Amino acid sequence: MRQVYLDYSATTPVKEDVLNAMIPYFTEKFGNPSSLYTVGTVSREAIEKARGQVAKLINAQDKEIFFTSSGTEADNWAVFGIVDALKNKGNHIITTKIEHHALLHTGDFLEKHGYDVTYLDVEPDGRVNPEALKAAITDKTILISIMFVNNEVGTVQPIKELAAIAKERGIVFHTDAVQALGNVHIDVKDLGVDLMSVSAHKIYGPKGVGALYIRKGVQLSNFMHGGAQESKRRAGTENLPGIVGFGKAAELAYENLDAHIKKVSELRNYFIDQVMSKIENVTLNGSKEFRHPGNANLTFEFIEGEAMLLYLDMKGIAVSTGSACSSASLVPSHVLSALGIPVEKIHGSLRFTVGEPTTKEDIDYVVEQLVEVVNKLRSISSVSKTKGW
Amino acid sequence: MAMYNDKVMDHFMNPHNVGEIQGADGSGTYGSPVCGDMMKIDIKVENDVIKDAKFKTFGCGSAIASSSVATDMIIGLTIDEALAVTNKQIIDELGGLPAIKIHCSVLADHAIKSAIYDYAQKNGKTYKGLEGFDPNADEDEHGCEV
Repeated sequence: MRQVYLDYSATTPVKEDVLNAMIPYFTEKFGNPSSLYTVGTVSREAIEKARGQVAKLINAQDKEIFFTSSGTEADNWAVFGIVDALKNKGNHIITTKIEHHALLHTGDFLEKHGYDVTYLDVEPDGRVNPEALKAAITDKTILISIMFVNNEVGTVQPIKELAAIAKERGIVFHTDAVQALGNVHIDVKDLGVDLMSVSAHKIYGPKGVGALYIRKGVQLSNFMHGGAQESKRRAGTENLPGIVGFGKAAELAYENLDAHIKKVSELRNYFIDQVMSKIENVTLNGSKEFRHPGNANLTFEFIEGEAMLLYLDMKGIAVSTGSACSSASLVPSHVLSALGIPVEKIHGSLRFTVGEPTTKEDIDYVVEQLVEVVNKLRSISSVSKTKGW
Repeated sequence: MAMYNDKVMDHFMNPHNVGEIQGADGSGTYGSPVCGDMMKIDIKVENDVIKDAKFKTFGCGSAIASSSVATDMIIGLTIDEALAVTNKQIIDELGGLPAIKIHCSVLADHAIKSAIYDYAQKNGKTYKGLEGFDPNADEDEHGCEV
């Protein structure tokens, strides 16, 4: 049976070149980067090389990149670091209703500890209205955190415009760019962001390594305390092979960015066109224009997402219901809810994300199987086009 | 998929008794699309025995499997015997459901009772097993978190 993975927003396979770059750092070049002898120096140099590779992908300075254990850690560091550093300036944070749980749950935690958090609504296409952001700012606002590319519907935010609003008011601007990295052009200088979270495993690098971009001059407290790693700002012995892998993945992403975007967006558009032409009562969620190149989030009316996912899985096809983290949850997607999609339709939504290994034959197979699955589940369903919801 | 056992997957992939009964003696719908699961069960009754049962379900894998096994279980039972079928028995018949999916078996149990309630209403009958049963009761308690 053909196996087709269409969940590249959940994670990506490690590229062979990335793996080959990492392997020596497990065994041969295993020195602690903090050690002064040669074996340690070799490790330290490898980390600095990776720092430069990641920096280049987002047009940052090498010293502005700080490695973390994940994108989630980077998000947490950005928020708690600003909250602590600017505690005398204010206690208000602005974010959106469609953030990853790394931001939303951090916001919940802060609210329980006396902070005010504003969760901005989004337009029906998933974009933040800049005027809504302006209206939410108060004299107590110390941080604005808005994700670059949404993980479920793929919407790309007008980050440059939003960051300019923050800068005008002297407020720190953070963006969770975990889904954006390697999928859209990122130039932190041009965007004017202060903090940016990224992760390796979304760009064909290893899991367990991320980074926080901290613009030079931004006041941010340390998140991890202990040793002097990462310029004394993020303690803990570095994930040396992981960081080396992140660097190599970033280098490859930089070299292939335009070709990657072209390839996956063409396949994604072909997939959407095929599904729309062959299956009735399907809608595309999110913006068509401002969208992650590989993302197709579709609602199949009258049927339920988990049932579709299971049938597709039995046919060797891996997709996601909303974010992978919530696929065993009964709670409807907070992102699709924020877009104003009726709850009964949210239940029938699936996220397909195309990646570099995807082929046209894969897409044709998925469409063929999807037609069969949707027809079968609709034949079982107690709701239908004629009966309604 | 590891979330469900082989029997649940078999009922989900190859559900029994799918469809509707034309001229059903009783028909009950329980759940809501808003909550992600809605079951409709039709029954054909002769001499107080359920001769046939069919279902249509909007829902997840365990909802479809619960509907399938529940209709299997009630065919051939008297009304009183069918009313005595519990969601626990439905779970046992399926060989277990994940904790987060237990509400699907409750929906199946209630859909059966709703169909029998309809049959009783149409035929002016009363059954002890329907005492206190409200086919229009809110199903929030069964897992809908909307």
